[in-house]
Amino acid sequence: MNNILSIATFIPLVAAVIMGVLLRGDDKSAQISAKWLALTATLATLLISLAILFGFDPKNTNFQFVEEHNWLLGMNYKMGVDGISVLFVMLTTFLMPIVIGACWNVSHRTKEYMMAFLILETLMLGVFCALDLVLFYLFFEGGLIPMFLIVGIWGGKNRIYASFKFFLYTLLGSVLMLVAILYMWIVSGTTDMVQLLNYEFSISPFNILGFEITGGAQTMLWLAFFASFAVKMPMWPVHTWLPDAHVQAPTAGSVVLAAILLKMGGYGFLRFSLPMFPIASELMMDFVLWLSVIAIIYTSLVAMVQEDMKKLIAYSSVAHMGYVTMGIFTLNQQGIDGAIFQMISHGFISGALFLIVGVIYDRIHTREIDAYGGLVNRMPAYALIFMLFTMANVGLPGTSGFVGELLTLIGVFQVNTWVAVFATLGVVLSAAYALWLYRRVMFGDLIKASLKSITDLDRRERLLFTPLILATLIFGIYPSFIIDIIGPSVEALIESIEISKSLQLVEN
Amino acid sequence: MLVDSLTIIFSELALIVYILAGLMFAVYTKKDQLTSKLIWITAIFMLALGAFILLFGSDKSAAFGGAFIDDGFARYAKILILWSSAVILIISRDYLSKNNLLKFEYPLLIGLAVVGMMMMVSAGDLMSLYMGIELQSLALYVIAAFNRDSIRSTEAGLKYFVLGALSSGLLLYGASLIYGYSGTTNFDGIASAIFDGNISLGLLLGLVFLSTGLAFKVSAAPFHMWTPDVYQGAPTPVTAFFATAPKVAAMVLFTRVLYDAFGAVKTDWQQIVAFLAIASMFLGSIAAIGQKDIKRMMAYSSIGHMGFALVGLASGTIIGVQALLIYMSIYVIMNIGTFSFILSMEKDGRPVTDISALNMYSKVDPLRALSLMVLMFSLAGIPPLVGFFGKFYVLKAAVDADMAWLAIAGVIASVIGAFYYLRIIYLMYFGEEKDTLDGQISMSGWLVLTLSALIMILGVINLFGVEVMALNAAFELLN
Repeated sequence: MNNILSIATFIPLVAAVIMGVLLRGDDKSAQISAKWLALTATLATLLISLAILFGFDPKNTNFQFVEEHNWLLGMNYKMGVDGISVLFVMLTTFLMPIVIGACWNVSHRTKEYMMAFLILETLMLGVFCALDLVLFYLFFEGGLIPMFLIVGIWGGKNRIYASFKFFLYTLLGSVLMLVAILYMWIVSGTTDMVQLLNYEFSISPFNILGFEITGGAQTMLWLAFFASFAVKMPMWPVHTWLPDAHVQAPTAGSVVLAAILLKMGGYGFLRFSLPMFPIASELMMDFVLWLSVIAIIYTSLVAMVQEDMKKLIAYSSVAHMGYVTMGIFTLNQQGIDGAIFQMISHGFISGALFLIVGVIYDRIHTREIDAYGGLVNRMPAYALIFMLFTMANVGLPGTSGFVGELLTLIGVFQVNTWVAVFATLGVVLSAAYALWLYRRVMFGDLIKASLKSITDLDRRERLLFTPLILATLIFGIYPSFIIDIIGPSVEALIESIEISKSLQLVEN
Repeated sequence: MLVDSLTIIFSELALIVYILAGLMFAVYTKKDQLTSKLIWITAIFMLALGAFILLFGSDKSAAFGGAFIDDGFARYAKILILWSSAVILIISRDYLSKNNLLKFEYPLLIGLAVVGMMMMVSAGDLMSLYMGIELQSLALYVIAAFNRDSIRSTEAGLKYFVLGALSSGLLLYGASLIYGYSGTTNFDGIASAIFDGNISLGLLLGLVFLSTGLAFKVSAAPFHMWTPDVYQGAPTPVTAFFATAPKVAAMVLFTRVLYDAFGAVKTDWQQIVAFLAIASMFLGSIAAIGQKDIKRMMAYSSIGHMGFALVGLASGTIIGVQALLIYMSIYVIMNIGTFSFILSMEKDGRPVTDISALNMYSKVDPLRALSLMVLMFSLAGIPPLVGFFGKFYVLKAAVDADMAWLAIAGVIASVIGAFYYLRIIYLMYFGEEKDTLDGQISMSGWLVLTLSALIMILGVINLFGVEVMALNAAFELLN
């Protein structure tokens, strides 16, 4: 079974092709078969990825399940996972059945909708498994196509603006990375990421238009990759596409976007920026830390004044991603562990929050916070789940949100106390906007006529939330499930950065 | 000796004999109703000729004292030209018969243009270069004005003729300068007139004028002005033809002149080509945004694509030439697919070229819309579609030649350009429901459209081996 990663990656694509070729028309029966086929495919992928997880040896910090075939131009089709990526694979496969379940009620072009999500899953898994630079880029950029269509075809009123902004913004970020990839290939002679991880890119300074570039080629490469990942992440100040895309995207699209697509940026930092350009990362550390703090505080404040629920959660996502970038660029064990943990946990929490908004949007067809109030009277189960995820979003101990924030703060405290002080302020702010949102939507008297007949969660919705609740609580109470898997790989990563630094000292 | 030369130009001879015979036959029988069959026969003849060149290509050889060169590089281009012209012929048949344009001159003129192009890509001498260009151009002027009852078509033909004549004039002026300062018209002779990379001022001027003339032919900015008008005015099948084979021929000829005759002064022409490339990429991307007519949009799109191909040329290396060949092959397939869609755009039995007519087309014919969507994403260069690999190869060549700035300019232009391709997709999939197209597509058109979309998707596996063939072709040119 040395091609299990490819199998897991391409099952959804195969299902999408089958769907496209065999299912005709858009009537009721075709819709139902499309949904079940999609659900089966995503569940099958989940099962296979579970097999990957159980077969994975956390103590081994090398890439596992590696497979390699010749491809174009001496490039290779190479896949493999290590402790950092295996959990992102799991996150993706775990969330996709929920996403499919979330769009069960879509009746507009259901078949195409399912196909878009299945293709997207293949591309996302590919991003996390690819061990060849160009292959990675292919999956990374390819994800734009289905997401563009999901926002554009099934989105809200202002979907055209949002989809174009999403597409062009992220494309502009990524193309610079493409040039950097080409440069890396030409200098090092390989696109194999395993070899590139041990390649030292030049750091001798040079001049561009009279400016001396400290860190030389490494800094330029770092900046090119940063442009791509910072947009994807998204970091302040290039985050503005995200609220637009989130508000206009359909519920399931928002879930995928927040829970998985954003993590590609963080994954990119861990896979490329840190190990391949360690000196440049060290140079840029303070820059990123301060950007992250600005993101945390600024977007939390912005979130507070939003009138649209989805926009509020979108801004809160940006703030939480701020903790991730902050944790990654502490360059120490706690910080990076925390950042990865935060990404996984944010996958569950933000996914659940967008589903929560989706639940009432399906019923009342508005996302205006003012249109709601007093829902707790009619929807007790909903109120409970909403409460749980609000608390998880705030970072209450016992939920997975707490662990990530705490670890990143511990990490950053060791490298930059001021950054830590301001970042902690963000925790308070997140409590403010999240609880205030909860109060405005759930509490108070149920006086609005439109809400009188609102119904509580049905069976399907309860079923969708169950795995997310379990994940949030289990990882909150016993974080070692995750830390044990990522720990050794992160340790190896930090060690390789240290080695590069000491090499640089020797050279000087 | 003559026999040897004649064997080398066998495929050109065969095509021209066929065309002249067809012309005589058609003139004496005066039967326009046979055109449909003639189109098929011509197309099959071209396909067979392409296959013949592919299978029986020999080593590098020169005919007529080096005026005609038959090498892997020329053969690669010839196959591309022959096959793309054949496919264009096949998909245009339906359109022509619907619009009463089914005249026997059409396949024959295209055939003549193809002979001209085959001469161009094999040119080893300024004389044969000019002969090839003129044979091609004259045929193209006529078919641009093919729909002679339409003012636009006539205008397109005239405009093309006037501007084309101007560019030929520039080119000839450059050629005479080169002859004057090197004493020969042979490419090898010109190359040996350049000592140790020292080029005399007269030769340099000649090179500039020659490049200008050729830039006209590849419609590179700032010599692109004729392209949008001619594309829009000419009948759509003719536009489809303009967008494909002649571009390949001109680009390949450009490459051959620069390498064979001026290979020693690379740094001099690299600047010119890099400027043309940047200007074309940006002009193509920005000017296309405001277009309302899909043929005009495709004109600007092809200007932008020529810019990218020129990036490969500007890098001045073997992988640059390889990239150029791969880029042109992919470009041709994408354009054939797109034009087979444009040919089928009609409403109430009349051809339409308004972009807004595509509104919600995905409801009318999901499969055709899907194919066009794939082609548009591919034209925009979004991975994992094959169009991305075209860009990928040329950008790699540029970075490899220490021209990372050119690559950066290229990728920025491609982001700007992505906008108007996305606009087509947006109209088809999430536009408003208005009066949409209703025309049916011919069987052959549908097949070509679907196949080209499939190629765009499946090519990611190994690009159908084009990579190796292009590398061999580039290798033969540079050695």
